[in-house]
Amino acid sequence: MCLAVPAKVIAIRDNLGTVELSGVHREVSLMLLPETVVGDYVLVHAGFAMQIVDEKEAEETNALLREMNGEGRTVL
Amino acid sequence: MDKKEERALAQRIVAEIVRLMADRAQPVRFMEVCGTHTVSIFRAGLRQILPESVELVSGPGCPVCVTPDDYMDKAIAYAKREDCIIATFGDMLKVPGTSSSLGEAQAEGADIRIVYSPLDSLKIAVENPDKKVVFLAVGFETTAPTAAAAVLAAQAQGLENFYVLSAHKLVSPALRMLLADPQVRVDGFILPGHVSVVTGTDVFAFLPREFHMPGVVTGFEPLQILRSIYRLARQVAEDKPRIENEYGSVVRREGNPAARSVLDRVYETVDACWRGIGRIPASGLQVKQAYRRFDIEAVLPLELPAQEKKTACRCGEVLRGIINPRECPLFGKACVPTHAVGPCMVSVEGVCAAWYKYGGGRFIYGK
Ligand code: SF4
Repeated sequence: MCLAVPAKVIAIRDNLGTVELSGVHREVSLMLLPETVVGDYVLVHAGFAMQIVDEKEAEETNALLREMNGEGRTVL
Repeated sequence: MDKKEERALAQRIVAEIVRLMADRAQPVRFMEVCGTHTVSIFRAGLRQILPESVELVSGPGCPVCVTPDDYMDKAIAYAKREDCIIATFGDMLKVPGTSSSLGEAQAEGADIRIVYSPLDSLKIAVENPDKKVVFLAVGFETTAPTAAAAVLAAQAQGLENFYVLSAHKLVSPALRMLLADPQVRVDGFILPGHVSVVTGTDVFAFLPREFHMPGVVTGFEPLQILRSIYRLARQVAEDKPRIENEYGSVVRREGNPAARSVLDRVYETVDACWRGIGRIPASGLQVKQAYRRFDIEAVLPLELPAQEKKTACRCGEVLRGIINPRECPLFGKACVPTHAVGPCMVSVEGVCAAWYKYGGGRFIYGK
């Protein structure tokens, strides 16, 4: 149920964004993510943009080998 | 990254996990809390490629599964009223109440509409001004802000026939409850990625601090999950529990403050009943006084007779990771996805359904 998918924001009007999701255009509410701008990738859940996807961070997470014997990223 | 590279990476990670866990007297048990993780783990065959020193156990992270009978009974009772339309996510339809399900009510003529977003129920309310449209507000912290936002949107539009029937639940109080249960044995948590998108990672700080318990927030790709298991193994090996974030692309330490403030405007915490687990303090959400006119239970209270259901379903133990579904006598016999006895078999994210569908294991990374 907590499934969410990333999609690119291609237009914004008021509180509504238009996202492209595998070729299909969909409206998503930006009520929960008002800082969204056109061009952002956002995580979409139940018709709402929930978070901006940080592409760079995503790539970094993939750099596993470097990290394997090093320090993990601790958030607390 | 192609499949071959992915497999090679997976094997390297597994080799590291084997090394880290090599000299342990008994296997470590890591619990994946989220139902979507459960499905990913089974689908990718991750259990099969892990060494015997690591056991994965599923937790209470399928919102449909933990929704109790009496909530379903209420939803069915509203559905049967001429003046109500029920709007719900599709996965609620087959969840058993005490004696029936929403799907059965629908077959008998109740007006039940499947929605993709809570906002869709607002449209239904506009189109049906003479009906009360009740959205079944079920789900964890990921979903609860969307229902709260729908309430605020309904207020802004001046809608007078939109309501929620709330059974939202919060993940961290449930983890606390599990850790207090002597039957539950867990050495670390694979923490839910999309719940953390809203809550941030700090809500889980109590795990290492109060329970000396490792936790890693992670995404849903098999490699991400494997890496989170590696991180947990490393924390266990070093005996330095902390909360790590393996899903930094969308999970920030502070979560989503806008979503949380919408949530806080509309909802307040309340003790809640989890199916099979029981009452957990401050683990549910109810509509605040200021928004009570959107709460169907406040507007149209129901008197339902208390009903006892006799069943051999062991979802309660399955949801706490105490038994695995194959230890339930009904599993695969009286209880299969097409004829589910308990919610853990109904929901696609349910642990029993995952065991039934993928139980034999399919190797994707292993060979
Ligand atoms: S197999 Fe069916 S009856 Fe047994 S615990 Fe799972 S859902 Fe309940």
